Amino acid sequence: MIKTTNLNLFYKDFHALKNINLTIKEKLITAMIGPSGCGKSTLLRVFNRMNDLVEGTRITGDILINDENIYCPACDLTALRKRVGMVFQRPNVFPLSIFDNVSYGPKVWGISNKKNLSEIVEKSLKAVNLLDELKGQLKQPALTLSLEKQQRLCIARLLAVEPEILLMDEPCSALDPISTAKIEGLMVELKNKYTIVIVTHNMQQAARIADEVGFMLLGELIEFDKTSKIFTNPADEKTANYISGRFG
Amino acid sequence: MFKIKPKTTQIIAYSVLLALTFITIAVLVFIILFIFKNGIRELSWSFLTQPTKEMGKEGGILPSIVGTLLVTLFSIIIATPIGVGSAIYLTEYTKGGAIRRIISFGADCLAGMPSIIFGLFGFIFFVIMLKMGWSILSGGLTLAIMILPTIIRTSEEAIKSVPNAYREISYSLGGGKLDTIIKIVLPTALPGILTGVILGIGRAISETAAVIFTAGSSLNMPTSLFSSTRTLAVHFYILAREGISMPKAYGTATVLIIIILLINFIAYRLMHKFISKYY
Repeated sequence: MIKTTNLNLFYKDFHALKNINLTIKEKLITAMIGPSGCGKSTLLRVFNRMNDLVEGTRITGDILINDENIYCPACDLTALRKRVGMVFQRPNVFPLSIFDNVSYGPKVWGISNKKNLSEIVEKSLKAVNLLDELKGQLKQPALTLSLEKQQRLCIARLLAVEPEILLMDEPCSALDPISTAKIEGLMVELKNKYTIVIVTHNMQQAARIADEVGFMLLGELIEFDKTSKIFTNPADEKTANYISGRFG
Repeated sequence: MFKIKPKTTQIIAYSVLLALTFITIAVLVFIILFIFKNGIRELSWSFLTQPTKEMGKEGGILPSIVGTLLVTLFSIIIATPIGVGSAIYLTEYTKGGAIRRIISFGADCLAGMPSIIFGLFGFIFFVIMLKMGWSILSGGLTLAIMILPTIIRTSEEAIKSVPNAYREISYSLGGGKLDTIIKIVLPTALPGILTGVILGIGRAISETAAVIFTAGSSLNMPTSLFSSTRTLAVHFYILAREGISMPKAYGTATVLIIIILLINFIAYRLMHKFISKYY
């Protein structure tokens, strides 16, 4: 469970997130929607502290994951990022073999035994339905795969470090509709085991796969509710305008 | 007023660029052919495998071949880790601030320094002050300093061109800074880093001024790092300058060019192997 209380984020002088209060429930898909620049990706990057890499970022308020404050000074950043994994917009596989891509995380975490590594790799590829297709060619360069398979591979690479929460930053925006449908199907499968937070431009996508949806505008969380409620009977006029396509 | 048609401009531009490229290639080919034409008849098995006799008038050039390879190898072994290490520090650990600009500026100045200055420095510092004498050691260290900026700058560019997304992903998987650099950044930047090393080898192997002051000009077969040696470039210079034997001078130049071409060929093959492996 992720819970934020009065979360504010500044990039130098720019107030990027304003007083965000929300609770993301376990083992559900939560989608954040809103027009470009509304802060939804920034919010996502709060949860695994990727914003720390950007100079001049300042955060106030509490962000709790399973009741632990993830911004305490003594927090182990790498351990947090192991628990809270991220899938990026572009399927950025490393220019390594398929096997080395998936085993990168576990290796960083100190697993060096060949047998253990290949078990992890097989398990992770299986979870994203790639194992049968790729069996026997794990030594091939990952960059030769199709974009959709590359994105699956990125998800497998993430699952290999056994995270609890998956953050997905527009994971389908580089894919065609058929590949998108496959990745969406995968997400629905994965929510049995993981808490998923997805940022998306695509409202139909949010409506199709999310259990709960948050609508953001200019750094504020306008509305957060069950998907059916947001898309059929939103409480806020701005949400209604956005989902009916009047702006954004 | 007459007006030139756009298509004509295109043709003219194309021809000019083609001519310029052709000139570049032609100069290279002309130099190589000229040296080879004068030197190739000196090449023989005994020229490559015999010790030098009578100051180079007779005999072969084996001691110089060995000396050249040793001095160059030694300088590369010293300069590569230092250069790549500084490049990593500059790109990954300084955030583009003043330090980085100062060091980069320093490296650029160092790269543009005449090699004789390095020679003089090496002579005073390594040969005399540190009492290393004229030796492969002094020569190699001097050359290492000379090629350092080349290696730093090319490695820096190579590391900078590694997509930032790779670093982000590595961090997002819980990777630390060092994991990210060793396992992701360096392998991706390897071809570029190798280019820098190849340029460094090229500069070191053909250097005259810096090594004549530091490695000396002994014609004996080197026996240790402390032996003085005469590299091929220096041997060629002395043979021609002192009018000892022009045929032998061209023969030496031919061997040097062949060695350089061979090293470049092997290095590019290696590089190609690294690149094509996962791309």
